[in-house]
Amino acid sequence: MSFLEYAPAPESRSVLHLRDEYGLFIDGEFRPGSGESFATISPADESHIATVAAASDADVDAAVAAARRAYDRTWSRMSGRDRGKYLFRIARLVQERARELAVAESLDNGKPIKESRDVDVPLVAAWFFYYAGWADKLDHAGYGANPRALGVAGQVIPWNFPLLMLAWKVAPALAAGNTVVIKPAETTPLSALVFAEILQQADLPPGVVNIVTGAGATGAAIVRHPDVDKVAFTGSTGVGREIAKAVAGTPKKLTLELGGKAANIVFEDAPIDQAIEGIVNGIFFNQGHVCCAGSRLLVQESIHDDVVDRLKTRLSTLRLGDPLDKNTDIGAINSAEQLQRIRELSRIGEDEGAERWSADCAIPDKGFWFPPTIFTNVQASHRIARDEIFGPVLSVLTFRTPAEAIEKANNTPYGLSAGIWSDKGSRILAVADRLRAGVIWANTFNRFDPSSPFGGYKESGYGREGGRHGLLAYLKGAAA
Amino acid sequence: MSKRLSVPKTYKLFVGGAFLRSESGRTYEVVSRKGEFLANAALASRKDARDAVKAAAGAVKGWSGATAYNRGQVLYRVAEVLEGRRAQFIDEISRQTGASATAAAAEVDEAIDRWVWYAGWCDKFAQVSGGANPVAGPYFDISVPEPTGVVAVVAPQDTALLGIVSAIAPALVAGNTVVVIASQPHPLSAISLAEVLATSDLPAGVVNVLTGSPAELAPWLASHPDVHALDLVGAGDLDWIDLQIAAAETLTRVLPPEQGPDAAAPSLQRITAFTEIKTVWHTKSLV
Repeated sequence: MSFLEYAPAPESRSVLHLRDEYGLFIDGEFRPGSGESFATISPADESHIATVAAASDADVDAAVAAARRAYDRTWSRMSGRDRGKYLFRIARLVQERARELAVAESLDNGKPIKESRDVDVPLVAAWFFYYAGWADKLDHAGYGANPRALGVAGQVIPWNFPLLMLAWKVAPALAAGNTVVIKPAETTPLSALVFAEILQQADLPPGVVNIVTGAGATGAAIVRHPDVDKVAFTGSTGVGREIAKAVAGTPKKLTLELGGKAANIVFEDAPIDQAIEGIVNGIFFNQGHVCCAGSRLLVQESIHDDVVDRLKTRLSTLRLGDPLDKNTDIGAINSAEQLQRIRELSRIGEDEGAERWSADCAIPDKGFWFPPTIFTNVQASHRIARDEIFGPVLSVLTFRTPAEAIEKANNTPYGLSAGIWSDKGSRILAVADRLRAGVIWANTFNRFDPSSPFGGYKESGYGREGGRHGLLAYLKGAAA
Repeated sequence: MSKRLSVPKTYKLFVGGAFLRSESGRTYEVVSRKGEFLANAALASRKDARDAVKAAAGAVKGWSGATAYNRGQVLYRVAEVLEGRRAQFIDEISRQTGASATAAAAEVDEAIDRWVWYAGWCDKFAQVSGGANPVAGPYFDISVPEPTGVVAVVAPQDTALLGIVSAIAPALVAGNTVVVIASQPHPLSAISLAEVLATSDLPAGVVNVLTGSPAELAPWLASHPDVHALDLVGAGDLDWIDLQIAAAETLTRVLPPEQGPDAAAPSLQRITAFTEIKTVWHTKSLV
């Protein structure tokens, strides 16, 4: 038995009390949907988890009407202090039921339990705790005294961080005094439905948060609904573009958190061991299903071979397998469709002349899996250097001078994030100034915090989530 | 002795720091409210608009890289030079819009004061709109506003000077560069303003002024991939929803039309609307 082989250490599923069927959560209670219900499966073994209702246009109407009633009669009249107390309650309930939420998330999404347990769920609690404190301090948000809520917020979130994205959307919306209709992704509705039970335990007034499950059509119905005042979307740039067109000419306020193709720049004076860990975390965290993933590695030419060798060694020690196993580093790809896209772009990478290396790991028989993969000899014109792969695939490019690194890093329509690795502080600050991206990590990567604004430049979208800036997306100035 | 014969000015476009005729050779007649001929203004073409965007894109690096203190001084210099030409602007506004001398003077004074107000914001707004983030970990984490890039503006159409000043000044504060379509019926003050800008130490290409038809020009600017933000403040009478849809193709940031005398009223939001918040995390070592 090599040091890499561990006995299985699966997290118990006994904390999870799932129902066979989930309805829509509208006006404080679960009710059947009138669309055709669908199954949510575990991407790790394709087993059935639960049947979930799909919201039709009529169901979305009902959810928006419930949110409007709750806004008019309850939430907009409540003091900021009391809204904050509800959010504090939710934060505490998330902490109390953290293990259950983590298991639900890993089961439904395929991410390793150590990530859902140590990153996703703690950040969910932190997000509600942070914005809870803002609810009675909105005069300091930036719009002057007595800012107003927008009304009903329609929110559509992705499958890569299902519950965390819900927290990013719901917490600031409620703190600012809005009510919410939110749609979790089609492949990952489970944690949102468990979260609905938490809202019931918190005794949140009915209709303040409404959760409607379904596919793209349900999301479109929310976005286009005439009684929605605010649209917030996290997902692909393609869909974001369509949403921007759909709300054009309406008074709806829009924020978009879209795709990325982040450069992770490693200078020759970088602390190399930390850089290797940071590169691995940057692109293989959450199977690379991260919009801000460091998917383009820009390495200074003089250290290219050393960095690539060390990366291969490190990746060979990662354990791929059961997401619920506490020792798992790389979980399952979220869906067959996503796996297909990763395979397709990787094939194109090979066809265009890049050199492919994949970690030699056993791939389970069932489920959706892709081994950690590195492409070297990648040119800036290659599809794998331009398109967002959204999987565990790293494209390695080189540079000679800081100016070349900056030019290559900015050579993308995206502008969500970037990484810089160097021991020279003045160089880090100078490079950070010139990178056109909303989040820059220096000698670290993929850090998130509720107090820290996150969001993109250029075609990575607009608006910020997190911090005081995150509140601005859900407020407007006092009435004239 | 006969009355002295005046020397009328040729009103041209202002692109890349130069005063140019439209490459199309086209002009249109600008008339007073009573219908008297005032001038032939350049009728800018699609090509002129694209040239203006190119000039603006080329000027971003220098203007955004200037210190905030320097930008503030340049904007204040604009106010100074405008003040020196006060009489010229009052006369020109009156001739175009028929406003009384008193009303025209009030408009010029307000325009000058807005340059002063925004000049003062250049080295202050970053502290108000950015800040340190108290993250739960050993990181130095800071958020700062940066300019969005090239801002295309459809200036308010009902005023000759105040509208265009109110729209372009806030965009310049953070270091953006501007392509502005002037008021179609009253374009002369916009070109005279360009003369002020050209003599106020504002680098070439930072502001580019087009005269002509907003309906003709705006679609090319809205869909231009090198335009990063679109201010439709004066586009209320155009098919502005189509402009917003065209802008969505490259996720261009859009400000909607505003109507009435308060259009583009001075505000911090007019500055921050054309900024992007950049958050930088830096590790702290354990000591």
